Amino acid sequence: MMAAFILAFSLLTLLMFFVSYCRSLTASSLHTSITEDVRDVTGIQVRAVGRDYARVMQILQLCPDRPEDRSGLHIVGAYYSFLNLLDQGFAKLFPAVRSWAEEERAGCAHYAAVALGRRIALNREMLAQQVEL
Amino acid sequence: MGAGVCFVASSALRASFLKYFFLNLYVILSLFADLLRQVILRFYGLDSPQYMYAYFYTDCLLTVALFVAVISLASRVFAELNLAKYVRFVAVLLLLGTAGFTYAVVAQSSERLGTRFAVELSQNLYFVGLVLTYLLWGAVLKLQETRTRLVQMVLSLGLYFSAYAGSYALVNLAPKYEIVQYIAPVLGCFLPISWAITLMRHSEDSRLVPARLVAVPR
Repeated sequence: MMAAFILAFSLLTLLMFFVSYCRSLTASSLHTSITEDVRDVTGIQVRAVGRDYARVMQILQLCPDRPEDRSGLHIVGAYYSFLNLLDQGFAKLFPAVRSWAEEERAGCAHYAAVALGRRIALNREMLAQQVEL
Repeated sequence: MGAGVCFVASSALRASFLKYFFLNLYVILSLFADLLRQVILRFYGLDSPQYMYAYFYTDCLLTVALFVAVISLASRVFAELNLAKYVRFVAVLLLLGTAGFTYAVVAQSSERLGTRFAVELSQNLYFVGLVLTYLLWGAVLKLQETRTRLVQMVLSLGLYFSAYAGSYALVNLAPKYEIVQYIAPVLGCFLPISWAITLMRHSEDSRLVPARLVAVPR
């Protein structure tokens, strides 16, 4: 009984810390605006919305990898999947969940778009180096 | 072990070794503990009393080091309010109180006092550390902490403690499933890896929007 209580409590706190950790990741990218290049490639107008995430991720796969971004993108990807699951599971019962999840997915899309901007910049840099050679 | 080396190396590379000295100390001690346990395991075997003593005494030492690491993060959070010295004072009181309470419980036991004390102190301090981490997270939210590194390090600790407590409960609930016994060692790698990622990704000046940290904005 005690073990079940500890398990339930720790799962709840784990979820809380996971959400906060992911929010701290996406929040750290909020200071950086989405570059013109990314806007051109992805079609993001003013600010990223949740559905942009999948498209941005597809384009990200085409760019040369930056190891510094890898772990963050994995965690944010897991968070995005969790939000989708939450939306599908609870949005009918609690409509407020949908708007919250959408806001969060927009944060994920912004994070991915900022990462894409860095990769495009890296791509340009590599191209310039090749031209110099 | 690789995860620990990775964290110490990245904090040295980013010139943050002294800034996060107690986190580094914990990771370095855990590396030495792993080495010592390996050596004793090889010479004396898994069922030997030597391995048992080495395991529990190093575990106790590591728990004290983790407790000090949590306190070092707490004193950084409270430093701007000039409360750091009070935090350290309360931490020493908590440590002594926990040790005294553990001694009082163990003194009634007829088993070997030293080993039993180490095991009990380790468990009690672990619990105190867990509660302190939750309180620390509450303080981070209340004080609207903006330092990205600090926030993510506290969050990593929270994730680690929650997952560890969950895995401990799972081992008790479902001991027949072998997979649950591997969760705790895997979690051991999580803390140094996540700290290393935080150090590598963010500079000391990096800031975030505090309102974004609350899971459900009010």
